[in-house]
Amino acid sequence: MRAKATTPHFERGPRFQLRAWLLRHLQTLFSALGELTRSPLGTAMTAGVIGIALALPAGLYVFLDNVQAVGQNWDGKVEISLFLKDQIDDEAASRFALSLHKRSELRHVQLITRAEALEEYRQLSGFAEALNAFEQENPLPALVLVEPTLRYAQPEAIKGLVAELGRLPAVELAQFDLEWLQRLHAIIHTLKRGVVVLAALLALGVLLIVGNTIRLGIENRRAEIEIIQLVGATDAFIRRPFLYTGFCFGLLGALMAWLLVEGGLWLVRGPLAELASLYQANFLLASLGLRASLVLCLMGALLGLAGSWLAVRRHLRGIEVG
Amino acid sequence: MIHFDQVSKRYQSGHEALRNVSFRLAAGEMAFLTGHSGAGKTTLLRLVALVERASRGQVLIGGQNLNRLAHRKIPYFRRNIGLVFQDHRLLPERTVFDNVALPLVIAGARHQEIARRVRAALDKVGLLGKERLHPLTLSGGEQQRVGIARAVVNKPPILLADEPTGNLDPELSREIMGLFGSFSNFGVTVLIATHDIELIQRMNTRTLVLSKGCLVDD
Repeated sequence: MRAKATTPHFERGPRFQLRAWLLRHLQTLFSALGELTRSPLGTAMTAGVIGIALALPAGLYVFLDNVQAVGQNWDGKVEISLFLKDQIDDEAASRFALSLHKRSELRHVQLITRAEALEEYRQLSGFAEALNAFEQENPLPALVLVEPTLRYAQPEAIKGLVAELGRLPAVELAQFDLEWLQRLHAIIHTLKRGVVVLAALLALGVLLIVGNTIRLGIENRRAEIEIIQLVGATDAFIRRPFLYTGFCFGLLGALMAWLLVEGGLWLVRGPLAELASLYQANFLLASLGLRASLVLCLMGALLGLAGSWLAVRRHLRGIEVG
Repeated sequence: MIHFDQVSKRYQSGHEALRNVSFRLAAGEMAFLTGHSGAGKTTLLRLVALVERASRGQVLIGGQNLNRLAHRKIPYFRRNIGLVFQDHRLLPERTVFDNVALPLVIAGARHQEIARRVRAALDKVGLLGKERLHPLTLSGGEQQRVGIARAVVNKPPILLADEPTGNLDPELSREIMGLFGSFSNFGVTVLIATHDIELIQRMNTRTLVLSKGCLVDD
């Protein structure tokens, strides 16, 4: 054994170094995964706790996304109902509708005559029997549905338009239910803030969970860490397996959260479709989607990494060979 | 290779473990470090391996002044020093092969190179057939030889041993010491802390004697 005073012994060109670096990281990743599979129950429990913590905000996000989608369906089709006065007959009603066509604020006008209104009501309400009692006289007024142009569909503009249309002589009542839409938006806005706050709190929780798990790992391997420090391991080398373990925990937790959210949606989807069909609506419950799923996984992995980094920074300091 | 110049070490507790210790050890030289327990043998070894730093004086290893070595360079410095411990300090969950390979893995050696060098090191200590076993299934002497194989696997210029024969019977002790002697013949500087006076006398090798932190005999 000829003594060589150079350090380190295995330096070669930059390409070799890069390959060695990549190889080292891959090895560490796989050994971290191996470590996790060696205690499957503990791993599953930690990942499960992280999963539940992540599933809560993710689930709420999907819920609000869906509620907002419902709101937006209404948004896209702003419709004002003009109930015509009782004495307006079909001919007068169609003349009135034609006059509305000429107004620049409206882009779509649809006349529903009294007979059509009755027919529609019969079909949809299930009160056909009761209506038959009126046989001679149709109790329903003629109705004109108008859709304002985009410029007039804004909350402030539409108020003025509704008032103006309501003052027309042929119109008994102009109705546009705006308030509930505004309220819905306000509620969604508030809840979204709530989700952000909740997500921040639970993210902190995930940091602590991963941090604590990694801290225990460090304590368990104290002797090993001392030994590899003595044979020349750098801090980075010692840190790496713990960081990868935290990363894997976070990612596993995110996958668990994804399964929980998607599973929950799957359970709700059937009953909800039934409910929607009772309201004549064709509502499809949206799932997390590719982007949100990727964001979830990324967040999980990053939180895991950050948690382990905090633990490693704090607890490896305390270990100096002795 | 190892040069102590007026080195003192005082611990934070106030205990003065070494006082004005000066000596030189040439490359390829082998020496024993002896004295009663608490005389400062382990402290001296820890100063060489940079587990501790000197309070006063200078430690030069291979011409490098350890007082001026930055903290982050310590790991790279340690790769030049093979360490053997009384309690072996092996990783019980890993095989003999993995234990011996550890310094090479840390230094980022290639697969084939690791396999070749680990076999060579195990061959040198006579444990070639036991690569796949776990340390705890081996005898004390065999475990110590695994520790020695790990210490020399990356061919360090310096080999330090702290009571390497402390738990072994005389027969095994002589065998282990013979092994250290053979490394010194290959140019490795070897420093062995021991209180096994009988063994030292038989070996007829340079001996540094510490007493209460002072070097009293060389």
